[in-house]
Amino acid sequence: MVTMNKIIIENLSLQYADGTESLRNISMDVPENAITVLFGPAGGGKSTLLRCLNRLNDLTEVKAVSGRILLDDENILDPKTDTIVLRRKVGMVFARPVVLPMSIRQNLTYGLELAGETRNSRLDEAVERSLKLAAIWDEVKDRLDDPAIALSGGQQQRICLARSLAQQPEVILLDEPTSGLDPISTGKVEAALQELKRDYTIILVPHSVQQAARTADYAAFFLQGELVEYGSGDEIFTTPHEQRTEDYVTGRFG
Amino acid sequence: MNRHLSQRLGFSLLTLIAVFTVVPIVAVVIYILVQGAPAISWEFLTAMPRSGMREGGILPAIIGTFYLTIGTAIFSVPLGIAAAVYLSEYAADNRWTRLIRLAIINLAGIPSVVYGLFGLGLFVLFLNFGTSILAASLTLSIMTLPVIISTAEEALRAVPQGFRTVSFSLGATRWQTIRRIVLPQALPGILTGVILGLERAAGETAPILFTGAAFFLPRLPGSVFDATMALPYHLFVISTQVPEMPIQIQYGTALVLLVFVLGMNIIATVIRSRARAKRQW
Repeated sequence: MVTMNKIIIENLSLQYADGTESLRNISMDVPENAITVLFGPAGGGKSTLLRCLNRLNDLTEVKAVSGRILLDDENILDPKTDTIVLRRKVGMVFARPVVLPMSIRQNLTYGLELAGETRNSRLDEAVERSLKLAAIWDEVKDRLDDPAIALSGGQQQRICLARSLAQQPEVILLDEPTSGLDPISTGKVEAALQELKRDYTIILVPHSVQQAARTADYAAFFLQGELVEYGSGDEIFTTPHEQRTEDYVTGRFG
Repeated sequence: MNRHLSQRLGFSLLTLIAVFTVVPIVAVVIYILVQGAPAISWEFLTAMPRSGMREGGILPAIIGTFYLTIGTAIFSVPLGIAAAVYLSEYAADNRWTRLIRLAIINLAGIPSVVYGLFGLGLFVLFLNFGTSILAASLTLSIMTLPVIISTAEEALRAVPQGFRTVSFSLGATRWQTIRRIVLPQALPGILTGVILGLERAAGETAPILFTGAAFFLPRLPGSVFDATMALPYHLFVISTQVPEMPIQIQYGTALVLLVFVLGMNIIATVIRSRARAKRQW
């Protein structure tokens, strides 16, 4: 099977305004229709990298970014990039489920309505499709007009996943999406991701090494802003080349 | 002295202090109520003053204060909210915005009579609005702005940052995020600030003294360029400027003003507690 690279990161470095260096000369290719896992101890730059991929870092105090990130051969770090369009193409799910203060349905249609979609048939279709993809349709289909905040944490996180899917993105970024969830909800999210990778490019920051090993088609080990090792999931978690990767994967530090 | 005793003593002392802060407020309200209630009648609320204000009603003062409050709202509410949105959602934290904030804080500390004098110079004389509802409303607006701006900004900042981040990540522009998420969520807090600001404006005497308040004008204002009677100024006039004034008319006027202001306060409280019960974060 020939894998296509959806995203190509070239020599990406990033410094925050307070002087901390968050990413040091990162180069990696992210293949299409696979789950690529970014893992490593806290402060390694994983979230920073995710937030570069949808330019959400624009909102924080970033001092300097260098290098290129090519998404479908277009450099998204180019100042001319339309971040609105980019963020519709690259969806994101955050560590803490943040449902917007509105109904379940409105949470899902929010992005589409902002993009100008007014046809109810289209909106309903998107609601049902994305809730099914996120494996929560059966749980909420009878109460779509209830406030989303009334759902449990695990349900809210799947609503958040569905919300980013409603826009039909091409890439989905997940930043420790199951860190606050119980094992059953975590299992549901992970199962949904395995289904989703057939149509989407998924980049996941897992909340544990175990989750990384469970889900990864490809895995990248980050340590203090550096990409230590990158390869297929099997390779990284069974026969890593770098000592530091092995030490972390086997639980010697972290 | 053992620890339990000193704890109990301290607790009692604090309770006592808390009670003492409430006593004057309650005392004032009760006193005005008792003294003023006999004056309240249908005629008092709906008739023009007669016999050098010693008889009749205070309708023009009630209507005047109502107009001035509305006029103040028209200018200060949109401007204040817009300024708060700018400061909270758009402005970077730099020397320029720090200067603006400093100006707002200082504006809040200026004595109200100074606003009155400023209003006289700018609106009444320079812009030639005359002593009028327009000039007085504008003067009161400037005085009210800092209250509205700072409470509105606080309400906007209280909206969780996560909502904004999520909204941006879904491809919303900054303005879409503000209009669809941040403003609706901050609205109850903003309204509370607006009402508290307007309530203060309704009770002020000094700013309207030179800019729009009439000593005695036994008819209703016909346009925004007319001067008007107003409750606080009327109270000042009948309490100090008119000899042989029946005392219950003074207290009756004070009671009407108090009810006007307390009424606004109660509305603010209701809005706030309702919103708190409904809030989804």
